[in-house]
Amino acid sequence: MTDASQLKTDIEADIAAAQTLDALEAIRVAAIGKKGSVSALMKTLGKMSPEERQVEGPKLNALKRDITDAVAARKSALEEAALEAQLAAEQVDVTLPVQTQDFGTIHPVSQVMDELSEIFADMGFAVAEGPEIEDEFHNFDALNIPAHHPARAMHDTFYFPEKEDGSRMLLRTHTSPVQIRTMLSQEPPIRIIAPGKTYRSDSDATHTPMFHQVEGLVIEEGIHMGHLKGCLEAFVKAFFQLDSIDMRFRASFFPFTEPSAEVDIRCSFEGGTLTIGEGEDWLEIGGCGMVHPRVMTACNLDPERYQGFAFGCGIDRLAMLKYGMTDLRPFFDGDQRWLKHYGFSPLAVPTLAGGLS
Amino acid sequence: MKFTLDWLRSHLDTTASLDEICEALTASGLEVEGVEDPAAKFAAFTIAHVKQAVKHPDADKLRVCTVDTIDGEKQIVCGAPNARAGMTAVYAPVGAYVPGIDVTLTKAKIRGVESFGMLVSEREMQLSDEHDGIMDLDAGPAVGTPMADVLGLTDPVIDIAITPDRADCLGVRGIARELAAKGLGTLRPFTLPTIEGQGDAGRSIFIDLPDGKEDACRYFTGRLVRGVKNGPSPDWVQKRLNAIGSKPISALVDITNYVSFDLGRPLHVFDAAKLTGDIGARMAKAEEEVEALNEKTYTLTNEMTVIADQSGALGIAGVMGGMPSSVTESTTDVFIESAIFDPARTGHTGRGLAIDSDARYRFERGVDPDFIDAGLDIATQMVIDFCGGTPSEAVSAGTPPLRKHSVPFDPDHVRRLAGLDVAADEALSILKALGFTIDGAGAPYTVHVPEWRADIDGSADLVEEVMRIKGLDAVPTVPLPRPNGVAKATLSLAQKRIIALRRRLAGLGLNEAVTYAFIKEADAALFGEDTQTLANAISSDMTTMRPSLLPGLLSAAQRTLDKGHGPVRLFEIGRVFAGETPDAQPLEAALIIAGGAAKDWQSGAAEPSVFAAKAAALAALEAAGAPTQKLQTYGAVTGADMPSAYHPGQSGDLRLGPKNTLARFGMIHPRLAAAFGLSAPVAMAEIFPENLPKPKAAGPTRSALDDLPLQPVERDFAFLVEEAVPAETLLRALKGADKKAITDVAVFDRYAGPGVPEAHVSLAVRVTLQPVGASFTDEALEAISAKIVAAAQKSAGAQLRA
Repeated sequence: MTDASQLKTDIEADIAAAQTLDALEAIRVAAIGKKGSVSALMKTLGKMSPEERQVEGPKLNALKRDITDAVAARKSALEEAALEAQLAAEQVDVTLPVQTQDFGTIHPVSQVMDELSEIFADMGFAVAEGPEIEDEFHNFDALNIPAHHPARAMHDTFYFPEKEDGSRMLLRTHTSPVQIRTMLSQEPPIRIIAPGKTYRSDSDATHTPMFHQVEGLVIEEGIHMGHLKGCLEAFVKAFFQLDSIDMRFRASFFPFTEPSAEVDIRCSFEGGTLTIGEGEDWLEIGGCGMVHPRVMTACNLDPERYQGFAFGCGIDRLAMLKYGMTDLRPFFDGDQRWLKHYGFSPLAVPTLAGGLS
Repeated sequence: MKFTLDWLRSHLDTTASLDEICEALTASGLEVEGVEDPAAKFAAFTIAHVKQAVKHPDADKLRVCTVDTIDGEKQIVCGAPNARAGMTAVYAPVGAYVPGIDVTLTKAKIRGVESFGMLVSEREMQLSDEHDGIMDLDAGPAVGTPMADVLGLTDPVIDIAITPDRADCLGVRGIARELAAKGLGTLRPFTLPTIEGQGDAGRSIFIDLPDGKEDACRYFTGRLVRGVKNGPSPDWVQKRLNAIGSKPISALVDITNYVSFDLGRPLHVFDAAKLTGDIGARMAKAEEEVEALNEKTYTLTNEMTVIADQSGALGIAGVMGGMPSSVTESTTDVFIESAIFDPARTGHTGRGLAIDSDARYRFERGVDPDFIDAGLDIATQMVIDFCGGTPSEAVSAGTPPLRKHSVPFDPDHVRRLAGLDVAADEALSILKALGFTIDGAGAPYTVHVPEWRADIDGSADLVEEVMRIKGLDAVPTVPLPRPNGVAKATLSLAQKRIIALRRRLAGLGLNEAVTYAFIKEADAALFGEDTQTLANAISSDMTTMRPSLLPGLLSAAQRTLDKGHGPVRLFEIGRVFAGETPDAQPLEAALIIAGGAAKDWQSGAAEPSVFAAKAAALAALEAAGAPTQKLQTYGAVTGADMPSAYHPGQSGDLRLGPKNTLARFGMIHPRLAAAFGLSAPVAMAEIFPENLPKPKAAGPTRSALDDLPLQPVERDFAFLVEEAVPAETLLRALKGADKKAITDVAVFDRYAGPGVPEAHVSLAVRVTLQPVGASFTDEALEAISAKIVAAAQKSAGAQLRA
């Protein structure tokens, strides 16, 4: 029986030496194929005595199994090696740069407007809008700013050419005409903010002839100056993301509110950096007051029944204070470097849950 | 409005500090804009005695001084010719900031000799222009005494902003009254002088105004003072005027200015020798000329009021007096005028002539109509005191336009409107302190408004008075009432659409710009004919309201590209202006893609294309909720004319139905590109969100998803179509061939060239068919294919390519 064991040794050596799947298959066929050497030995079993067969049968079967296993193992090894080779050949330089789908940016003014909508929605304010080319009634007369009042001259108004009837259209000097349009078209209770573009003939580092304001208006029964303070304090805390804020209300004058006040917030300019909420200085952020009875009357509302407050502040200025721009003029230059630097990701949608900066 | 602390104290008996006064002013509505405290400004500068002054060893014009200073004996090198032993000078130590030369002193070596500090001149202290030598003071003050004390520079100057309603605070006394009401002291009593007039004024007063213009001047009074001697006014007057930046001129002129600043009562003085006959107020004649005190000649209109005598106009009423009749050093008889002029007309005149004057500032805001005679008497007394002379009896015309206004007032209104709990007694005593008088035993009281408070109209104004004086800090901070639960949504459909559109465009890689809504007239003209142009533009680049957002973006792109910071990807959302009515100012969006993207190793360079603009416009419309599946494209290929801003053959409209354009896209017209100086290729689009249809009202619930267990089948076709046939025509025909089975049609190749007839293209399309219920049989698929081919032939003249 040395034949069988020699055969096993030879075949196993061949299997181990096989370098390709084809060569391995040839070895398999030569060994255990129909006409293979092992198959030939198996055929000799038929001529043996039962006693011999009892001894040789299991041996030959074991030989066939061993060879089958050896072929399978070698096949697996060869396949593994082939895959390794393929993968090695497929290597690329992953350090090459890729084209990303870069986001563009949202302008800081739009971002702040979205922040305002979000904050004031929580206090029940809708967002109202109005035309930018206005008439004198909505921009001045209905707001208790008579034709020759010095306050009217102080507005540095842009006018369009006088019409035959002597009236002039103008670019709204504040967003307050939206108050009038809202009161004329809607019954109290009213809570609105009106963000938008406004225009005055003025130009330096902190003034541009076009700028953005947000107006707020509340008309309800029983609203008083204390609510105005509460509302603005809530707004400032939410906008600047502060737990507490020291605010100062100073008596002032606006023709459309009575009483009127200007609003300051505590700040510091130490080291040339503006910090909101702490320090020794005050920074004016807007004007406010209780809606003047004459304005209510001009809008067909009964000032004996309803009271309300209005406030206004500069959106560009809010953006500058919060996000640290020092010059207003580039806001409206459309300079792409500035827009990319100061703009916001479109995914940075301000929400109360996610935060407002 | 400027005044000094000492001046204020002449009306207000107070122990309050400068800081307390400033705080109270700001809180009550008289915002302090600045305080200049000379004592603080000059704190570093002290008296020194020069013990010795010898010539510098190496410089003829320099002296080496040995000086006794607050810091001990110092060696100081000095270039002043008057530096000498024994003089009393002002010493600036090392470390001091010298304002006149804008230098902080350091230890120095001057031509080899060490110098510790400086002896200063008046100019270096910004006290005058004097710089011929160092300050040479009278002997007496001890070494170390502050310079400010020796020179009497101890009176801080306070500058406050006065809101247009508070004409009463345009005089120092009004400010003092305010502070007294605020509890910072007591208003000193004020006694009007009694003038014993002797003899007549030599002339009568006239008010000669046409019907309807009587308000121009309701009262005019005056008095002659004979035998005056005009010279410099007393030191204390000059000092106060100087401190607030009003240059002293002569006693007579200074008196009018002083009364104006002190009591808010403008006056004018004439040299009586230069007057002809009666004097008074009348309307100017058209084109009448007046040579004003500022030495300019003004041409007036017949809407302006003048002070005139029989010879002609003397001055512009309420605005500025005239030069020819003005007083001089040699004036002996002075005519003092006190009158009241219409605020609106005065303001209009001042603006029309571009004259800002202290008189206009006060008349325009409304002077006290009950203080016209008083002003004349006070000025008369000052003239007698400063210049001597004998006053005549006063002459006048008209009657002072007293308002005699009263307001019914319930002190509880303070609580209701201001939210401030103030006892009725306290509220009423605040009003009294401000000069109001009160009648009645209980609410509503009758509150009589003092004549100097023309701003007080109704009860709300009185609430403000009480709140101002009480302080806004006393108003409690109360949260706005809010309903229980979570806040409701507040944004409108249109607003939500804009927010989505904005964030979608930014998501496409475009940067949002905000550009000026007024542009160059020439730029606007390229986009429309009916443009709105301002009557008073601030610059020639900002004259005309934009008829489109594109010009602003194109200008911005050109600036960015010229700086080499391209390519440009911008968008803007804003109003454009087709007219002046609210409807003619729609909110639009626009985008531009200018300049190719940087070359990439994978894809090469990507140039802006009409299809990139179309894709962006569609993405924006979809984000805004437009039914993009229903849109049709119009362009040259469909026979539509495009606006001249666009390349006529490479631009299109996305419309819902034949007329409603939701967006426009395309390449820029070469002529427009040239007009904006753009050489890079530019694709652009405009989106008209206001044209979007309202979606059908639907709740949050969605319809159930169709159950599609069977696999869709794809079939490819290649059609030959004439070039002039819009692809959309073919695609619509294919989709309509079997609406039930066909779920999608996509173009996957477009080819023209060898093998395709002249003026034709080959369009390869993949049609997706969705079986429902049962799989397609071969016969069914063949039937659908036949319908597809027939529809293509019928609608688009397309032939199945062999």
